Amino acid sequence: MKPEKALIFEMSRPGRVAYSLPACDVPESAPADYIPASMLRSKPAELPEVYEVDVIRHYTELSRRNFGIDNGFYPLGSCTMKYNPKINENTARFAGFAGIHPYQPVESIQGALELLYTLQNDLAALTGMDQVTLQPAAGAHGEWTGLMMIRAYHESRGEKRTKVIVPDSSHGTNPASATVAGFETITITSNERGHVDLDALRAAVGPDTAALMLTNPSTLGLFEEQIEEIAAIIHKAGGLLYYDGANSNAIMGITRPGDMGFDVVHLNLHKTMSTPHGGGGPGAGPVGVKSRLIPFLPKPVVAKREDGTFYFDFDRPASIGRVKAYYGNFGILVRAYTYIRTYGPEGLRRVSECAVLNANYMMRRLSNAYEIPYPGVCKHEFVMSGRGLKRYGVRTLDVAKRLLDFGYHPPTIYFPLNVEECIMIEPTETESKETLDAFVDTMISIAKEAEETPEVVLNAPYDTVVRRLDETQAARKPVLNCSCG
Amino acid sequence: MSYKHRYIPMTEQDEAEMLQTIGAQTIEDLFRDIPASIRYRGTLPMSSALDEQELLKHMKELAGRNADNERFISFLGAGLYDHHIPVVINHIISRSEFYTAYTPYQPEISQGELQAIFEFQSYICELTGMAVANASMYDGATALAEAGALASAATRRKQVVISRTVHPEAREIMHTTARGLGLEVVEIGYAGGVTDLEQLQSAVSDQTAAVIVQSPNFFGCVEDITAIEPIVHARKGLLVVSMNPMAMGLLEAPGRLGADIVVGDAQPLGIPASLGGPTCGFFAVAEPLMRRMPGRIVGQTVDRDGKRGFVLTLQAREQHIRREKATSNICSNQALLALCASVYLSTMGKAGILEAANLNLQKAHYAASAIGSQSGCTLPFPSPFFNEFVVKLPDGASAAELNRGLLASGFIGGYDLGETYPELAGHMLVAVTEKRTKAEIDQFANRLGELV
Repeated sequence: MKPEKALIFEMSRPGRVAYSLPACDVPESAPADYIPASMLRSKPAELPEVYEVDVIRHYTELSRRNFGIDNGFYPLGSCTMKYNPKINENTARFAGFAGIHPYQPVESIQGALELLYTLQNDLAALTGMDQVTLQPAAGAHGEWTGLMMIRAYHESRGEKRTKVIVPDSSHGTNPASATVAGFETITITSNERGHVDLDALRAAVGPDTAALMLTNPSTLGLFEEQIEEIAAIIHKAGGLLYYDGANSNAIMGITRPGDMGFDVVHLNLHKTMSTPHGGGGPGAGPVGVKSRLIPFLPKPVVAKREDGTFYFDFDRPASIGRVKAYYGNFGILVRAYTYIRTYGPEGLRRVSECAVLNANYMMRRLSNAYEIPYPGVCKHEFVMSGRGLKRYGVRTLDVAKRLLDFGYHPPTIYFPLNVEECIMIEPTETESKETLDAFVDTMISIAKEAEETPEVVLNAPYDTVVRRLDETQAARKPVLNCSCG
Repeated sequence: MSYKHRYIPMTEQDEAEMLQTIGAQTIEDLFRDIPASIRYRGTLPMSSALDEQELLKHMKELAGRNADNERFISFLGAGLYDHHIPVVINHIISRSEFYTAYTPYQPEISQGELQAIFEFQSYICELTGMAVANASMYDGATALAEAGALASAATRRKQVVISRTVHPEAREIMHTTARGLGLEVVEIGYAGGVTDLEQLQSAVSDQTAAVIVQSPNFFGCVEDITAIEPIVHARKGLLVVSMNPMAMGLLEAPGRLGADIVVGDAQPLGIPASLGGPTCGFFAVAEPLMRRMPGRIVGQTVDRDGKRGFVLTLQAREQHIRREKATSNICSNQALLALCASVYLSTMGKAGILEAANLNLQKAHYAASAIGSQSGCTLPFPSPFFNEFVVKLPDGASAAELNRGLLASGFIGGYDLGETYPELAGHMLVAVTEKRTKAEIDQFANRLGELV
């Protein structure tokens, strides 16, 4: 095992520098001549004093203690960890994209605006919506934006609707977003097949229903076959249907939320459109709406004039306002646009087909060693239950930790909440059959280990830079910075 | 199926074998659960596929139609600055172990990311003088709105008082957020380029959850936090300060001036402007507010063998546990850009951050005097400023027109304040960083003088 890794602050030696700044070529005065001394820093910020090689070695070593898609298989259900194409990184770094300012004269950023305009339209076509905003910075941010539009829509009709319905399998951000948008959340249980229980839904809707939030396919990897009926129930009650696009990788070119009856949809570009997750952001969560919600889109929107030039349209009196500074995470939008253009519509459809084929293949192969609570066809992900291993004292968490010894990032575990000892697997389309087979074989052998030598699984991992960490201590006695100052 | 693509490994033989294992005839069978009535038939009307050569050419063409800061000399700030980005940063963030990783849910194989975030939190605490910082927010503007929301939840009060010297877009987002949470937002005017203290004094009451100020503010002026702090705390409201982290090399840390929440945008710390995103918001609080902080937090702990390690912690605050009780829905943050900021601060170190801040200060003040001596241009605000200042153009001059003229001469001019402050039509906000040379400043001032 590797030794403990020093913090960069611990490497500091007075007098070392890693920076190179120009000499001051203008007449210089003491800072106190410009700013009252009482406003100046009484004590310098205690940043580390290191040289450039320290910086490079430190972060290179940290990178080696981290696992990304380029290191290996990452079957993290509902997170869609597909290959992040290298060309996306090249294009986003072009000076004409990375080195531009949002307040430049609009005629000096026409290329950027054309990209945004085209991407808006492409995403509208893909989701079956009438217009798209690219402003939200992440999926959860898109959810909140969508719900704020739903709120504004109802208010514009003089209706006060206070409740948002979510299924028990929904992403945790759904109820959180509803709360921040000022709604009360009603959770409805799923039926024994893992689908929305229509009776429970009928009982939950009423004149106070603002929206139902749904992901389709669901977090169980199942397509809601009765989606049209669900839409009818919600619309009849005067509510709107919100599509959580986290699982869009399963349906591109095959079916569209807009055609299923959804009124609002967000896409997670860091999932479906391959933009890198970056260890937890930046993402992008564009939101598409049907025409009756267009007036409420955040302002500005990118628009095109008859002469072919592009501009920001701020003249939107019914808009919910701004949700993000400037125009969204443009650098991420450049990557997503680059990705879309490597495939085109036929290619994106093939992406979904292969993602779904991979998931069904894995589910079939794993069904002998693990319980599959919802058999049949799955979409791009599926859930298993590790409860069969509990009789040996082994839990799903232990299986996940054992996978680390074989060089895999574990699947999502303990989510969704309505499956006991849940394991959620999403292979994506960019993994080969050999990779899937090797992973399945490993999962089967871990199940066997759990039965024959459970202590091997319970003590895993063995080869990582640290072993199982004490999360209770971290929360009870929080140490959240190095207190170096 | 003969479709081939460089990102997809599926061969015809794989497809056949896998379908056989599943017991399906075709891939189509795997979509039998999608009703025919909602199946999309035909080809989606969207952009077509390009091969790699064509795609690079197309993207270069789009990029080439934008005036970037390599080809143009920028004096534009207004929240996003043209600072030098040390070359090591791109090398570090291009390491795919960082940029292709997910959120560090499996700490044993994510120690690199977790330690990097822990160090980011340490840097932010050190710069702000606050007790605790989180793992980052979407940007400075959304962080500011979250601060208003936190203050309301912590004080159980519904009013947020915000200075008009706060970035106009951050204020807009505060208004949007407030509509969701049912908060009242009261804006305070300015005098001499800084928050009007008399107006502030009369607006703050026992209903006030937070007073939000920015320093240096949108006009570049340094606010007198020591004068604002007692007004807020006398009524038991919380003081929220938004700040420019680069300025913290020189300016007193808000944590030592009584701030309860400090937010800001880390863009000046090694992050490209990129049409305004992605950047990286930061969020720091005083100890009593620790468990109310939105977003992710990394904590230090030990592993089974007693070795130091890092984990995501205090997750009970987060939406996957509290769900509908959550007061924030932030999930993913800006980890990769927090890494940019960390590498930047590692590179600058104790001496570099001070030196960089001082260069900004010196050059901006030189530019202000150079522009102020041009025919008809004046500096309307007497308050101290850091690296950005307001210029009043001669009567009748339009900042937008001037900027077009400047662009033709190779300059990206200042921000047209008339866009967001109608009373400041004919005023321009000029930013000067360490990147600008004396010669560039002189040329800019001359050209400005010729054009007005």
